[in-house]
Amino acid sequence: MSRKTTLTSRAEEIYAESDGTPYAPHTESQVDEMLSAIGADSVEELFDIPESIRYDGEFDIESASEQETRQQLTETLSKNETPTEFLGRGYYAHYVPSIVDHISQRSEFITSYTQYQPEVTQGFLQVLFEYQSLLAELTGLEIANCSMYDAATALGEAATLAARLRQTSGSRVLVPDYLRAERRSVLENYVDGADMTVSEFATDDGVTTVEEIERAIDDDVVMVHLETPTPDGIIEENLAEIGSLLEDRDTLFCLGSDPVALSVLQSPGEVGADIVVGDASVLGLPAAYGMGLGLFACREEFLRQVPGRLVGVSEDSDGTRSYTLTLQTREQHIRRERATSNICTNQAWVALRTAIHAAYLGPSGLVALAEECHRLPEQLATRLDEIDGVTAPIRDRHHFREFQARLEPDARDVAEELNENGFAIHALDADTIQICVTDANADAVDDLVRSVEEVMA
Amino acid sequence: MQHHTQTIWNDSESEGNEPLLSEKRLETVEIEDTGLPDDLTRDSLELPELSEPELARHYTRLSQMNYGIDSGPYPLGSCTMKYNPKFTEDIAALPTASAHPDRDADSVQGILEVYHELQGYLAEIGGMDAVTLQPPAGAAGEYAGLLVTKAYHEENGEGEQRTDVIIPASAHGTNFASAALVGYNVIELPEDDDGRVDLDALDAAVDDSTAALMLTNPNTLGLFERDIEEIASLIHDAGGLLYYDGANLNALLGRGRPGDMGFDIMHYNVHKTFATPHGGGGPGAGPIGVSEELERFLPDPHVRESGDGDGYELATPEKTVGKVHGAKGNWLVLLKAHAYISRLGYEGLQDASAKAVLNANYLASQIDLEIPFEPFHHEFVASGGEQDAADFAKRMLDYGVHPPTTKWPGIVSEALMTEPTEAESKTTLDQLAEAFNAVTGEDDDALEQAPDQTSVKRIDQTIAARDPILSWHGLDD
Ligand SMILES: Cc1ncc(COP(=O)(O)O)c(C=O)c1O
Repeated sequence: MSRKTTLTSRAEEIYAESDGTPYAPHTESQVDEMLSAIGADSVEELFDIPESIRYDGEFDIESASEQETRQQLTETLSKNETPTEFLGRGYYAHYVPSIVDHISQRSEFITSYTQYQPEVTQGFLQVLFEYQSLLAELTGLEIANCSMYDAATALGEAATLAARLRQTSGSRVLVPDYLRAERRSVLENYVDGADMTVSEFATDDGVTTVEEIERAIDDDVVMVHLETPTPDGIIEENLAEIGSLLEDRDTLFCLGSDPVALSVLQSPGEVGADIVVGDASVLGLPAAYGMGLGLFACREEFLRQVPGRLVGVSEDSDGTRSYTLTLQTREQHIRRERATSNICTNQAWVALRTAIHAAYLGPSGLVALAEECHRLPEQLATRLDEIDGVTAPIRDRHHFREFQARLEPDARDVAEELNENGFAIHALDADTIQICVTDANADAVDDLVRSVEEVMA
Repeated sequence: MQHHTQTIWNDSESEGNEPLLSEKRLETVEIEDTGLPDDLTRDSLELPELSEPELARHYTRLSQMNYGIDSGPYPLGSCTMKYNPKFTEDIAALPTASAHPDRDADSVQGILEVYHELQGYLAEIGGMDAVTLQPPAGAAGEYAGLLVTKAYHEENGEGEQRTDVIIPASAHGTNFASAALVGYNVIELPEDDDGRVDLDALDAAVDDSTAALMLTNPNTLGLFERDIEEIASLIHDAGGLLYYDGANLNALLGRGRPGDMGFDIMHYNVHKTFATPHGGGGPGAGPIGVSEELERFLPDPHVRESGDGDGYELATPEKTVGKVHGAKGNWLVLLKAHAYISRLGYEGLQDASAKAVLNANYLASQIDLEIPFEPFHHEFVASGGEQDAADFAKRMLDYGVHPPTTKWPGIVSEALMTEPTEAESKTTLDQLAEAFNAVTGEDDDALEQAPDQTSVKRIDQTIAARDPILSWHGLDD
């Protein structure tokens, strides 16, 4: 009885105060009690802001009910067109199984923060440890951190690691001509702060050759970056040779890739890569307008130079195995301007989602998915190649998820018409389109082919 | 009193108990018939292979060994661990919220409208002229802001000359690290006896090599830098820029705006102030706001209204610093922040600050520890006195609450930086105070033995660092 009464009156009080934030539990009488405990007459009294700079306006932002807010944003987002995306170039979508959403939405996980108190955050720490382990397995490198922001910033961090390690006065990072302009721009900002520059090497018909690297490299180069698959969808073919060339020269070899591709491709560790970067959110997230998960793995000898957080194994006072953030003396909160990176808040929750997705697939699922990523584009290219005016793929290389095609009429017009028919593809220039196909859009391939036939006719 | 307790679910290292670890059920899949040449593929892939029901239990068990905001109070100072409204998750999960970053602006008008509106909200909240949403966290915002700083000085022909960034000793580590990442020298500024910027020391530090002063306001002691106008003139007169670290903006909503205080650049920590979930460490978002004069340096691309006023476009600012993220930042986080801000509106936002400041002051009034610096706002720093702050925190875990941030800032000995946020009720604050007070005065022994009520006891940091085991390979030996 009495409980019910208090609840009702409390609800009334809250209702009366509905102007405030709905996410603070205070009743008016509690506010009064608290103020008198503090010895203040009003909440405003607690603000020590000089009069001259006090803000006395009101933001032009109306509050709204949860329902209204949802409706509004749903309406706004419905202004997005919803073509079937055959887009890739470094950003990929795979089907995300339901368990990923349900587990990652558990409050205990999503509402926690960095594991500064490992004794009450063993769960998240263990998942991150499992994530690091998965990446160690896939990259063939001993160390993986528990996330950078995205592939581009991971590449930037790799370059600054190379700068810290350089023995000589080396000042250049070599990147391939296929590197996305956006990634290059991020990289340039990172290397600029370390007084380095970025130079580009040419590729040969879509892949990097030893000769091109030999031509481009000199003693000034601290790191060479390659990606496999490349943003053009091509699997690099000369990694082992390039790896041994760079090993002889004492230049860091940084390879970009992703967890799905790495499930079948040569292990980076085996071809001599020192660092692997890339976007690991190809598992775990939909195409979230480019929100990612920076993959960062490297050789054990760089342990003290690794950027970002690392989860390690320890024991508690009973000798029980437990997990904790470790080697934190590398990090900004201890080392400040001498830290290995400025990163603090990272992408841990995306790493958790990726770990769950990968565990769900298991080795057989990962391999099957990767095989599909190789088979689907080859099949689609073959079908498109039969259409008059289409040459697909342009390059006689091994493809992964995507390929480029040459079109007779203007490629941009074709892309535009396809877009009107509900298919988004890349138009790279007047002659070239690029099409990405994975498990996520494979069911729409027949429709796409039909649409290309129509448009080309 | 409600206590958070954790079931002892820990790894007993027995058969099958840790299916993804040392006891992992490894399965080796041979890589063959891929259609790729053998020399381009690995021979095999060895990973655990589990069924969905097994995984569901595995992760659920792990979640039960994890403390989040929904588990209990989380007064981690400077981190603003406020309640994360659930409905924002449903908005972020809408299929229409997902799009490839290379989509034409025309076909993602919904996303761009959210960007543009959020830019506007943040500009208004911070009193800034232009906002970019690209930086993916606070530290990335600092970095972006300092790139803008550098570009500005370079344009003025002072790029070579302005080599220094001044940062108060009490600032967050990321300020120092971000400055270094851009290539600046860091000049550390001591606090005065009141815990604020020492104006004499600042005066001595500022000269024509000053690129910027980075300031957190209220600072990490929760104190408002009352001399901010004087500080701003000092910096501006010397030709430097004033940078605002927005980690503590939850103290000021609707009452003070960095732009009005003379700041030229600021970052917002949306995962703090605007309630997006911290996700066990991230993702967050760290938009920056700048004055009109600096708008042309913002990262590429910038979302703005299209020329015909009929929609939105992605534009390259005239003197852009380039990019700080491969795409357009942490979109889903930004979307959740938009949802939070539009739900609360001005009324809700200013009330959030009021309650956050009320809560910190109330909690402080209920605990026995000394709090050397006042008047604080949304957070305060108590001193553990003779007690070691880290041990103090471990012992608090036994009382079923999450402890404060410890041992920072250095000006308070055995610092316990405490930020309860607006999300806690008086009842919870009383519980939290009980926990503080119970630990205060407990002997070293009790503190060093703690915690006892958690899924594992005190973890030995030395073992972890001495011979690091960073993947399951290390568990095999
Ligand atoms: C005062 C202060 N500044 C900057 C940061 C860095 O923000 P983030 O972790 O989002 O990179 C933090 C928080 O972690 C902070 O507390």
